[in-house]
Amino acid sequence: MLGLKKADLRLFLIVVGLVVFAPFLLNPFPESVGMAQFNAGYPDLMQKLVIFGIFAVGYNILFGLTGYLSFGHAAFLGVGSYSGVWMMKLLTMNVIPALIVSVIAAGLFSLLIGYVSLRRTGIYFSILTLAFAQMCYSLAYSVLTPITGGETGLTLSLSDPRILGAAQAADGNIPAAHIFGLGMGESAELVLGDWSFTFNVGYYLSGIVMLVAFYLAIRLFRSPFGLMLRAIKSNQTRMSYTGLNPRPYALAAFVISGMYAGLAGGLMVAMDPLAGAERMLWTASGEVVLMTILGGAGTLIGPILGAGVIVYLESIISTINSSVLHGWFNALPDWLENTLVNIMYPFVGSGWHLTLGLVFMLVVIFLPGGIVEGGKRIAGVFKRNRAEPSGDIKKSAEPGE
Amino acid sequence: MSKGNFTRRSMLMASATTGAALAMPTIFSSAVWADGHTGFTNAPGDSSVTLGFNVPQTGAYADEGADELRAFRLAVAHLNGEGDGGMLNTFSSTVLDGTGIMGRRVEYVTGDTQTASDAARSSARSMIERDGAIMISGGSSSGVAVAVQSLCQDAGVIFMAGLTHANDTTGKDMRANGFRHFFNTEMTGRALAPILEGLYGTDRKVYHLTADYNWGWSQERSIRAYTEGLGWETINSVLTPVGAGDFSSYLTPVANSGADVLILNHYGGDMVNSLTQAVQFGLRDMQANGKNFEIVVPLFSRLMARGAGSAIANIHGSTNWHWSLQDAGSQAFVRSFGTEYGFPPSQAAHTCYVQTLLYADAVTRGGSFNPCAVVEALEGFEFDGMGNGPTLYRADDHQCFKDVLVVRGKENPENEYDLLEIVEVTPRADVTYPVDHPDFAEGQLGTCNPGA
Amino acid sequence: MEAIILQILNGLDKGSAYALIALGLTLIFGTLGVVNFAHGALFMMGAFVAVTLKRVLSISFDTIDETRIDFLGNPMVVSTPYVEVWFGPSVGGTIIDWAVPLAVIVAIPIMALIGIIMERGLIRHFYKRPHADQILVTFGLAIVLQEIIKAFYGANPIPTPSPEAFIGSYDFGVLLGFDPFSIMYPYWRLVYFGFAAVIIGAVFAFLRFTTFGMVVRAGMEDREMVGLLGIDIDRRFVIMFAIAAVVAGLAGVMYAPILSPNYHMGMDFLVLSFVVVVVGGMGSLPGAVAAGFLLGVLQSFASMSEIIELVPGINQVVIYLVAVIVLLIRPRGLLGRKGVMED
Repeated sequence: MLGLKKADLRLFLIVVGLVVFAPFLLNPFPESVGMAQFNAGYPDLMQKLVIFGIFAVGYNILFGLTGYLSFGHAAFLGVGSYSGVWMMKLLTMNVIPALIVSVIAAGLFSLLIGYVSLRRTGIYFSILTLAFAQMCYSLAYSVLTPITGGETGLTLSLSDPRILGAAQAADGNIPAAHIFGLGMGESAELVLGDWSFTFNVGYYLSGIVMLVAFYLAIRLFRSPFGLMLRAIKSNQTRMSYTGLNPRPYALAAFVISGMYAGLAGGLMVAMDPLAGAERMLWTASGEVVLMTILGGAGTLIGPILGAGVIVYLESIISTINSSVLHGWFNALPDWLENTLVNIMYPFVGSGWHLTLGLVFMLVVIFLPGGIVEGGKRIAGVFKRNRAEPSGDIKKSAEPGE
Repeated sequence: MSKGNFTRRSMLMASATTGAALAMPTIFSSAVWADGHTGFTNAPGDSSVTLGFNVPQTGAYADEGADELRAFRLAVAHLNGEGDGGMLNTFSSTVLDGTGIMGRRVEYVTGDTQTASDAARSSARSMIERDGAIMISGGSSSGVAVAVQSLCQDAGVIFMAGLTHANDTTGKDMRANGFRHFFNTEMTGRALAPILEGLYGTDRKVYHLTADYNWGWSQERSIRAYTEGLGWETINSVLTPVGAGDFSSYLTPVANSGADVLILNHYGGDMVNSLTQAVQFGLRDMQANGKNFEIVVPLFSRLMARGAGSAIANIHGSTNWHWSLQDAGSQAFVRSFGTEYGFPPSQAAHTCYVQTLLYADAVTRGGSFNPCAVVEALEGFEFDGMGNGPTLYRADDHQCFKDVLVVRGKENPENEYDLLEIVEVTPRADVTYPVDHPDFAEGQLGTCNPGA
Repeated sequence: MEAIILQILNGLDKGSAYALIALGLTLIFGTLGVVNFAHGALFMMGAFVAVTLKRVLSISFDTIDETRIDFLGNPMVVSTPYVEVWFGPSVGGTIIDWAVPLAVIVAIPIMALIGIIMERGLIRHFYKRPHADQILVTFGLAIVLQEIIKAFYGANPIPTPSPEAFIGSYDFGVLLGFDPFSIMYPYWRLVYFGFAAVIIGAVFAFLRFTTFGMVVRAGMEDREMVGLLGIDIDRRFVIMFAIAAVVAGLAGVMYAPILSPNYHMGMDFLVLSFVVVVVGGMGSLPGAVAAGFLLGVLQSFASMSEIIELVPGINQVVIYLVAVIVLLIRPRGLLGRKGVMED
């Protein structure tokens, strides 16, 4: 079905299920308990989870398949975001033109940078991409402020032309981003006892886009073109001996992943119409590398999982403050409460970076292949316990590696 | 389908009486909005109200953010009737009685702005969407303030800006739902110029080093307009990258440029480094054009001045507030803050504390949490007893007009908090600028947005 | 002319810091084949050794002075450092004043220890892992290290001045035949430049004139061959790592008076030092040093207002622009060898 093999189809359907039921899955705790702090089922976070999923899936096409480690993909995300906001300023608040132009602009930009950077390999390639991205960031932050909004970021304003739509909403404010009249911020609520679940238009739009992007990535992974990209990773020299020039393939992969990044950037501004220069900083490029590796580079589902874990940690851990901690443990005796709070406090709130750093280290040390590898190991243990043949593991071994 | 950016919590609170009481799942219900005081984003329930404090917890301004958070905690305690009440005892408006806001206990949630507009908006959004925050406050940079202010406008909640000094916050990027208590670069120019004239005369040649981003440009434009008004000649102005660290290559040309005053339009870490290095390069000991070479830092922050150590001695600048002020309001705040945390508050802490009280007061006076009621109550509000003398929240641009302090770095500080001394309290009348000032042009407040 | 000489001095000074960090980084690359993203953190920790030593020397006991009051109106607490009690106010004061140079001595064993712990505890297990894994784990370590520093010292910069004796500037103008006061340069920056030259010289001499250095150099050329010759190269790696950590740490200690240390200064230097290493050529020590000074000087010139007026924003991007140009003209950097880190 859908031109996918059985295993891939199953994986795709699982992801579809995850996306559709995310509002339930991410809100496991009822409102009234202290653990509600860990709920992630609100629009901003859900949107970010799938958008960074797209970004990481795209990055994986380059890094996971060809092995080229780019440190500059945040620049394409930024270009996508800026062009998206410009479309909303100039044309209309409908997000469709913004998304299309984001992808095209990022694609063209990555073609330019990829063409130059791919003249080198290894760390030299990485530094070239890093250098381009840092230049983009520095210039966007300062000299290019008329185009990028500089430090504040590119924002909409009441005086924008918006030639295809209304410049102002009826109440005199800036109109909201929408898709054919359906606002990105609109939500429906489902209240079940103490639980409440939010179904947000923006989230489902991002979710659908992500599913399409993921589907295309699967098809690409399994195509002859995907095989060619893997050949670049495993042995470039041998590939060129067979008379194939690896550069056009690598460039195609680079541009495709750049377009994915542009799409993610476009979606980000569709959900929240502001593009800040910080999203082009090298740490932002580093983040997508970390997401991919954390989840499992070269695997299909890995980048989505990695993106999910990092985005979730960032958003949730940083909002836990000392009063929340005291709230959790206030049933305990005072001395124990204070001890526990004191132990946990350095890792939450302003210390969320520390938690993130520790997670990176622990995953790389103990799960070299990322989360997917860890999942396989656990699955392997269970399979062996049930004395079943571990056929699934063999099947998922990638051809050509 | 119901429209708008409402959140789960508000939904729950509103539906507590209907949905839960019916003991039956309320599916896709927009009907729950009909009861109670509704019609705006995150309408609070009857028992508590949630405020969102969005401060830098990581990055270069984390210490300022921590101080802002301390002030917010103190403000919440005072509103809830805990502690000694602080400025509630000196505030000219007396509707706040220590029973929360309109009888609802004040709760708060926190977020990390990371001093990046993206991250700040994201954490503000999650506080609005997830935690049902009805007001967002805090922040330590103008980029973040402008970004979060426009978010709050779109979401339909009130934004009470923290530390933000660029003109744009209440100029080009002003929004109806946003309010700024902190002063701005225009006021700095107006307050500083007469003092500089008195100290250094009217025949001076100025060299500007300016941080290459919105606030830096705003600061340079303002101070330049007023120093040139004094008759000072601007020799050169050089833009420096934010976070440059080593400013040597920007500082060495100053000595031979013919300038006799260096104005450092830098803040935070940039200010610490450029000022320290300027002193290391001997600019303070130099004679130029037969006069002593002088350095001016337009925006002083005590927290950051600490990083510059002895380099701040005799350097003049402006500040929004300082703990050594002797009026009753400042004294009351310093006493509560010092007793609670063991050291005096910073200007960032002061502005955040005051903003929280002002919000609570406006809700109470307006009789509703509806942002439009709050906007109405704050516009043109005249108050006193908050540490800067009589203060006006101007209706036209949502900017506070109040006295501005000109300060000087102490030569022999007695301890690590006693770094600045007040040279002059420039009265409000002297720093008030007309609404149609060109640096604030092309801004439109729009109309207040109550959201859902 | 004066302006150009001054910018060259600035560039050499900046370049000294770049070169020292890049030297350690390329030592680790060249010998161990490890991409160490925690190297900037080592520089930062060096600076904080200076901060810590100053704090330790200033450990005080408190007495209450009834004659003065603090900001809350309570009697003032006056602190007197123990060293001033033990050695008398003047000698004690001088010891505290000289905290930064003293920290150089303290930093050598501390940084060596940190280096050894890092190598034995973590890096060792990553020699055979892909570069991406090395980057991830050392990046995680860098975050952890800087967050620990932040937890203890806060986020604001901490003033760590040089000794009183080095405050002030030297007048080059007279020396070079220009007007007096036209070329003034701070003593401490001159000290830093000299210090960097000594350290760089020492590392090169060590590698050139000792048997240990010879083996390491051989290992950088062909690790497998050295192993086949029966030489235990791994044991030497830990020492190399320690040396790299000490070099980065010392660069940080001496930089503290120039740049008030803060917890994220390591990250600020990290990207830059990687660019320096790559421009110099992977695994080439002279390349790293040369590229450090080259980029330092170019950055200084690009910061001149005459140049910025000509090309706006050039001061923000010059380092990266040079990196791109160098890599496109010379595929392996200035002095790089073929086949190092190209796959």
